[in-house]
Amino acid sequence: MTDWQPSSRELERRRVRQSLATRSVLIATVLTVAVFVLVGAVVVSSPGWDTVKATFFDWQIAQDTFPDILDGFWLNVKLFMICEVFILVLGLAVALARVSRSPWLTPVRIVAVLYTDLFRGVPTVLLVLLLGFGVPALQLQGLTNDRYFWAGVALVLSYGAYVAEVYRSGIDSIHPSQIASAQALGLSRPQALRHVVVPQAVRRVVPPLLNDFISLQKDTALISVVGVFDAVFTARDSTGYLFNYTPYVVVAVMFIVITIPLARFTDWLGRRMMRRERAGAR
Amino acid sequence: MTALLEVANLRKSYGDRVVLDDVSLTVQPHDVICLIGSSGSGKSTLLRCLNLLEDIDDGVITFDGREISDPRVDARQVRSRIGMVFQAYNLFPHLSVLDNCTLAPRKVHGVRRGDAEARALSLLEKFGLADHARKHPDQLSGGQQQRAALVRALCTSPTLLLLDEITAALDPELVGEVLSIVRAEAEAGMTMVIATHEMAFARDVATSVCFLDNGRILEQGPPAEIFSAPREERTREFLRRVLPGGGE
Repeated sequence: MTDWQPSSRELERRRVRQSLATRSVLIATVLTVAVFVLVGAVVVSSPGWDTVKATFFDWQIAQDTFPDILDGFWLNVKLFMICEVFILVLGLAVALARVSRSPWLTPVRIVAVLYTDLFRGVPTVLLVLLLGFGVPALQLQGLTNDRYFWAGVALVLSYGAYVAEVYRSGIDSIHPSQIASAQALGLSRPQALRHVVVPQAVRRVVPPLLNDFISLQKDTALISVVGVFDAVFTARDSTGYLFNYTPYVVVAVMFIVITIPLARFTDWLGRRMMRRERAGAR
Repeated sequence: MTALLEVANLRKSYGDRVVLDDVSLTVQPHDVICLIGSSGSGKSTLLRCLNLLEDIDDGVITFDGREISDPRVDARQVRSRIGMVFQAYNLFPHLSVLDNCTLAPRKVHGVRRGDAEARALSLLEKFGLADHARKHPDQLSGGQQQRAALVRALCTSPTLLLLDEITAALDPELVGEVLSIVRAEAEAGMTMVIATHEMAFARDVATSVCFLDNGRILEQGPPAEIFSAPREERTREFLRRVLPGGGE
C-alpha cells in the first residue's frame, strides 16, 4: 500500500482540480472587490455626501464623545452579560414546563403557555417602559426602584419567552424513538429528558440561541427609553447639544464590534457540530 | 458490445486509510454485478464512487464511453442517468411517496407533473404500492419504504442502477418483496451493480459476482464458479461464514 504512486492521469486530474479551485477563488475575489468598489462609489458620489459626511462622520466629534459613550456602553455590556444567564435558565425552565406530562405540573404548564404567549406578544420597548416606570411607581417595600434593574427584568422576561420557544422546538425535533429507547432502558420520562433529549436538543438549538443573543446585545439599547445613561442615551444627549449625529455612528460601531465576534463564534460552533455529528454521513 | 461502465485501477482513501485499492471492473449492458464481502471491504464506497458521491484518489471511471472521473465533468448530468438506492431508504420524510417519486423527473428531467405522476403511479401499482402513493414514508413498513425507494430510482429510467445493501435493514420476511422487484428489473434487462449480503439472491440473479476484501476485488466470476469453486482461500473462508453448510 505504501508503494502506491499517483498515476499520470491522477496527477493531471489534480492539476485540473487545482486550476478549478484557483478559478473559484479568482471569481470570488474579483466579484467581491467589484461589488464593494461600486457600492462605495455610489455612496461617495451621491449629491448629499458632503453634508452626510459632516453630520455623521465627524472625526473630531467622534473622538470627543467616545469616552462618555464608552462609559455608557459598559452598562449595556454588563446588562447583556447578566441577563443572558437568567434568560438561558428561565427559557429552559419554561420549555421543560411546556413539554412536561405530569398531571401535578398542569398549573405550571398553563402559566408557561400564558407567559410565552403574553411576553412574546408585547413589544420589548413597551415592556421596558412598563416595568421601568411602572414598578417603581408601585412604591412597594423592599423592592428596588432602580430603573436599570427593572429594564433588565423586562429584557429577561421578553427574551426568556423567545428562548423558551427555541428550546422547545429543539426538544420537539428530537425523534420520539430517542425517548422510546431511553424509556426502554428503564429511565423515567424526566430522566429521559434530562439525559437524552435535552442534551441533543440544546446542541441543535445553539445557533438560533446565539442568534437571539446577538439580538439581545442590540436590544440592551432599549434601556435608554427609561432614562438610563447607557451608550444610546449618552449619544442622544451629545447629539442634542452638538447638532451632529456622529455619536450615533460611534455607538453603532461599538455594537458591531461586540456582535461580530459572537456571530463568527456562532458560525464556527455550527460547523464544528456538523463535522462531529455527521462525520461520513452524506 | 462496448462496456457501459468501466472502472480502471480505482483508488480511494480517507487520510491514511485506503478503502479501495486498485479496483478494476467492467460492466456490460444488462449485466447484474453483485459485490459481496464483509462489512468494511469497500462495497459501499465503490458504489458511491461510481455515482461521483466521493472524489476518487486515482484511477479512471468511464460511463457510456465518457470519462466521468474528470473533475470538469458535470456530476449532476452523470447522476441523472444513474439510479441509486440506499440501505436506509433515504426517502424524503416531508414528501408523500408519490412526490418522492416525481421530484427528480420533474425538477431534473423536466417532465410535466401529470406525466411524471402517471409514470410513478404505474410503477407503484406494478410493485404493489398503489394504495400507499399518497402516504408519507413514515407510515409505511420498512419493506414498503424500500420498494418505494426503488420505484423512486426507477422513475427516471436510469441507464444503470446502483443498489447499496438495500435489504440489510429489513427483517427476513420483508426481504423477499424487495428482492422480487430487483429480480424483475434484472429480467427486464436493467444494468445493475449491487452490494449485497443475500448470497442466495446473488447466486440466482447475478451475471457476475465480485468478492471484495480489504478494498480489493480478490476474485470475480460467474456465480456458479464463485459460490461452488472459489479460487481464493479468503473467499472460501468468507463463504463458509455466511453460508452455513454452503461453500466448500
